[in-house]
Amino acid sequence: MSVTGTMQARRLPGFGLTLGFTLFYVTLMIALPIAALLLKASAVSTTELIETLKSPRVQASLRLTFGASVLAALINTFFGFVAAWTLVRYRFIGRRMIDSLIDLPFAMPTAVSGIALMAIYAPTGLIGQHLIPWGIKTAISPLGVLIALVFIGFPFAVRTIQPAIEELDIEAEQASASLGASRLQTFTRVTLPSLLPAALTGFTLALARALGEYGSVIFIAGNLPMRTEIASLLIVSRLDENDVVGACAIAVVMLTATFGLLLGIQAIQWFIQRKTGRN
Amino acid sequence: MSSTEGFSHESRDPKWVQFLLIGLTLGFVFLLLILPLGVIFWEAFRKGIKTYALALSDRNAQSAIALTLLATAISVPVNMFFGLAAAWATTKYSFRGKSLLISIIDLPFAISPVIAGLMLILLYGIHGWFGSTLQSFGLQVIFAVPGVVLATMFVTVPFVARELIPVMQEQGSEQEWAAVSLGASGWQTFVKVTLPNIRWALLYGVLLCSARAMGEFGAVSVVSSNIRGLTNTLPLQIDALYNDYNAPAAFALSSILASLSILTLIAKSWLEARIDYRSKDKEELL
Repeated sequence: MSVTGTMQARRLPGFGLTLGFTLFYVTLMIALPIAALLLKASAVSTTELIETLKSPRVQASLRLTFGASVLAALINTFFGFVAAWTLVRYRFIGRRMIDSLIDLPFAMPTAVSGIALMAIYAPTGLIGQHLIPWGIKTAISPLGVLIALVFIGFPFAVRTIQPAIEELDIEAEQASASLGASRLQTFTRVTLPSLLPAALTGFTLALARALGEYGSVIFIAGNLPMRTEIASLLIVSRLDENDVVGACAIAVVMLTATFGLLLGIQAIQWFIQRKTGRN
Repeated sequence: MSSTEGFSHESRDPKWVQFLLIGLTLGFVFLLLILPLGVIFWEAFRKGIKTYALALSDRNAQSAIALTLLATAISVPVNMFFGLAAAWATTKYSFRGKSLLISIIDLPFAISPVIAGLMLILLYGIHGWFGSTLQSFGLQVIFAVPGVVLATMFVTVPFVARELIPVMQEQGSEQEWAAVSLGASGWQTFVKVTLPNIRWALLYGVLLCSARAMGEFGAVSVVSSNIRGLTNTLPLQIDALYNDYNAPAAFALSSILASLSILTLIAKSWLEARIDYRSKDKEELL
């Protein structure tokens, strides 16, 4: 804190106004909606809730959503690592442009991404038509869901791992090399361990994003019940059928999963801070 | 060994590793990002410029553009105002529960858009908490324009606040204290001292906030009745056209949003060079 003791006693003007408005707005816009969902879900008897979640269609959609999200996050962590490493360590033509382009899935409306992916991977699409003869169905299949989730999660992985590589201690690598370690040994014993927390955070963020994704998935997924219907879509179908309780049950499961993941990230951050003594 | 060259980021990886990784990155980025972007413009103009112009001048398309602009014009200033207030409150004072408050501000990032829409229905729908009260005043929120605006506001709440908080935290309050001790009012201090210091970060937050506001789909689609020419935003209209097998028109409208997102990316890297954001983990959700 840069404020001295005597000044701490006083306050800059605007405390009541800014904090008052902030609390009012946060309550109205964020706390109230969350409370509405939790109260609705808690008003339903546990047996009814479990019954809803045990229905085969819900089970199938949860399995697909979690399975495809974990797989997509793994792919993103790998390619995110490769891309971040390349962008930080190497110099090549077009590097700056590629760097800016990484955030495209962020900046592009999900519905636009959704129909663009469909145009590429549909059976008549740019790539899809060449894969059909091989028996690979990239759209209206779980593979399509995976492709969309990889698309949407990619920037999260890159942008979390990139700063960690930038801050890597080059001297530790050099010390390791001067002690006779090979490049590969240095990478696996020195570099990789110090990047692990960032990679884990990137994985978790990509996973959290994938779990809640809707717009970019629904076109390419084809939304076949039991096969390619993701949880977000099932919530929408339940709402269309006026089954608010069913929608809330699925929503609470998804929300709990996401919040759990984000708490996990906080734990990782806390661990890093404690280890490095920085903040 | 020629490894200890001055430039610290110069890699000492063998050439073949460099080529392999650069190739892998370029291939992945091309397949995952460049191809979808290119396909939008290709599909939009494939049937000729006339079809393209026709799609954009369609009445329902025009009203979708208008509603998108309306929702953006309301949510961005409101959330900008909120972001400034929240950043001031959380960086200039210390009080109990501050970090909890900052975490709560970030929550809309973590909540799936569809679930956000569901929450709004539970509050403002006909059977919702406030639904019947609002109904008695003749105000319909869900399946109407106010719902679309509200959903857009919800998903964009954190954008400005989360860009400003780390920047103002780092800058401290010394300059503000100096201004106040010289007799400046709170408002003068904010406008003349704080605002110039945070202008790039503020612009950055507003940029990301606008991009999201114009592109929101999931939350808006749940609370909108999807009536063309009435409660359809641009992304909803794209969805409707695509489902009507009118792909050229859907891609024509998409090309507007895709162009905007390219502009967003350019402006973003331009601003990033000014804020030196990179080391701050801005992409974090919580």
